[in-house]
Amino acid sequence: MDLYEYQGKELFAHYGIPVSDGGLAATPEEARVAAEELGGQVVVKAQVLTGGRGKAGGIKLAEDASEAEARARDILGMDIRGHVVRKVWIEKASEIAKEYYLSLTFDRGEKKPLFMFTTQGGVDIEEVAAEHPEALVRLHVDPRVGFQPFHGRRLTQEGGVADAGEAKQIQALAGKLYGCFVGSDALLCEMNPLIVTPAGEVRALDSKFTVDDNALYKHPHIAEMRDLEAYPPEERAAREKGVTYVKLDGEVGILGNGAGLVMSTLDVIAIVGGRPANFCDLGGGGSAEGVVDALEVITADPQVQSIFFNIFGGITRCDEVARGILQALEQIDIAQSIVVRLDGTNAEEGRRMLQEAAPPNLHTEPTMLDAARRAVELAGETVEVA
Amino acid sequence: MAILVDSETRLVVQGLTGSEGSFHGPRNKAYGTQVVAGVTPGKGGQEVDGIPVFDGVAEAVAETGANTSMIFVPARFAIDAIYEAVDAGIHTIACISEGLPAHEMLGAYWHVRGEGARMIGPNCPGALSPGKANVGIIPAEVFAEGSVGLVSRSGTLTYQIGHELAQRGLGNSTIVGIGGDPVVGSSFVDVLALFEADPETESVVMVGEIGGEEEEKAARYIEREMSKPVFAYIAGFTAPPGKTMGHAGAIISGSSGTAQAKKDALEACGVRVGTTPTEVAELVVAAAASG
Repeated sequence: MDLYEYQGKELFAHYGIPVSDGGLAATPEEARVAAEELGGQVVVKAQVLTGGRGKAGGIKLAEDASEAEARARDILGMDIRGHVVRKVWIEKASEIAKEYYLSLTFDRGEKKPLFMFTTQGGVDIEEVAAEHPEALVRLHVDPRVGFQPFHGRRLTQEGGVADAGEAKQIQALAGKLYGCFVGSDALLCEMNPLIVTPAGEVRALDSKFTVDDNALYKHPHIAEMRDLEAYPPEERAAREKGVTYVKLDGEVGILGNGAGLVMSTLDVIAIVGGRPANFCDLGGGGSAEGVVDALEVITADPQVQSIFFNIFGGITRCDEVARGILQALEQIDIAQSIVVRLDGTNAEEGRRMLQEAAPPNLHTEPTMLDAARRAVELAGETVEVA
Repeated sequence: MAILVDSETRLVVQGLTGSEGSFHGPRNKAYGTQVVAGVTPGKGGQEVDGIPVFDGVAEAVAETGANTSMIFVPARFAIDAIYEAVDAGIHTIACISEGLPAHEMLGAYWHVRGEGARMIGPNCPGALSPGKANVGIIPAEVFAEGSVGLVSRSGTLTYQIGHELAQRGLGNSTIVGIGGDPVVGSSFVDVLALFEADPETESVVMVGEIGGEEEEKAARYIEREMSKPVFAYIAGFTAPPGKTMGHAGAIISGSSGTAQAKKDALEACGVRVGTTPTEVAELVVAAAASG
């Protein structure tokens, strides 16, 4: 789960990492009040779960509260890379002498947390990594050992931080960041930039924060930070029903069991000339209700012209899936053709059930490739009729 | 021979009395696997399909000589179950449970390795050596006995490819699901090394997907260390960046972890990559016929 800047900073502050004072606003009026409370110059920052806010005009300086209100009016409702701005963060403006970069990520390959630090902050870090790899310090922390003071010293020494006071603050901050990262089960904590003020104070001016979904049960206060409205309506409905669903742009609705098989199904649809409308994984088990829920989510997308049901039973039992399909056809009005392919656990029983019931818009195919071709064909036919 | 599980396997099922455990434990037993014990704290003394249940793994090992564990407990108890298995001297662990917190898995990963044990999963379907033993949820009837090693990050996709191979008359030495999480106990490289050393395995099919860099590492390993032919399939060419595709580990981050990058890396190291499950099976068949 990705957090907004202000949410990430809230967690940073909780772990003792210095951040600027600020307030959240959903309306221009609230922005004015927040700016009045802070006093003086403020920055109005769009809160969206995507990068590139600055370039898109989503971050503006305001001299006083009335200007903050005006800037908030400009920014609220703005579309940044497909994300509509519904909240702005009003923050006390910072004087910036230097911009650094500090992050802690979850290195899957090495199975260790990875610090990255550079004094060339404030820009795209992938650019720094590509153009000045020597300027980017990469330092793994063995999770069995945890953060030690030497890790902090290596970061500042190898990063070339000359000022002793600055180095000390960054070393301490890195330790707190490690605590924050582990303590909140984060997969990514990034500060870009990490600033040094003219007075020599070090502070996180931005935050990028990703928390492990699987650990949210341990952190109810973080789980509550999820902004359901930030997701497409189909994905929101899926989440409520506990269906794993990702919206895509095509016409063939996809439902399968197991993430790998579903991904492969999307690819096969593309190879035979169609476009998948979604990723939808029934998961293990695949109860009849689960099938009904998933079909409801898929058919709510008006772009869907046909549905490809691709099941290879392991934990999932094909007879249970067949029962779900038949139940769904009774409960919800499905206009689209459904192509079903069943294999694996109890597949014969499942196929028999579908053949006996024989609903008019249901087709069965023996192989994944045949079924993919049929589903693409049927999606095309529906388009022509319409 | 085969790898990981075979006729020497003596299996303890952690979570045998739960709904999944009580379905698949007896299924594994019916296949011929020596399922010697189950463990559910507080339910010691019970039986499931004639399999005795113990309160702890150490007790189960002492009483039955179990050497392999299959974990079916709910996610929030699974880390504890892994440590308990290692503590009891279990050498092979298949963690079927999914949804384990990644940070906790880091700790478990290093501990399991440090103690010299081997783990596949979490979030994996287990391992099947056709004709010898089935540990996990893989539908054994799909696969035939043979000499193709199969290793995969996905369960059902593996069944698909095994099915395509079986229809073409090819069987498997062992089928291993390594799991779809960001941190799993065994990597492609770990399992490829076992297949390389296994006399019953003549070729290997590797089934990868988007996210991480394990396929790229495997490509370099295959080029450097493997004498047996390896074929690959990668899922997720149509996956959009930044979206988790079902498996917690299946996500394209920025420009890294794409299916195309993995395919390119594998092909650069001499691995033939099929574009559909059908095509990869055909590649193996063609190579077997010409070899």
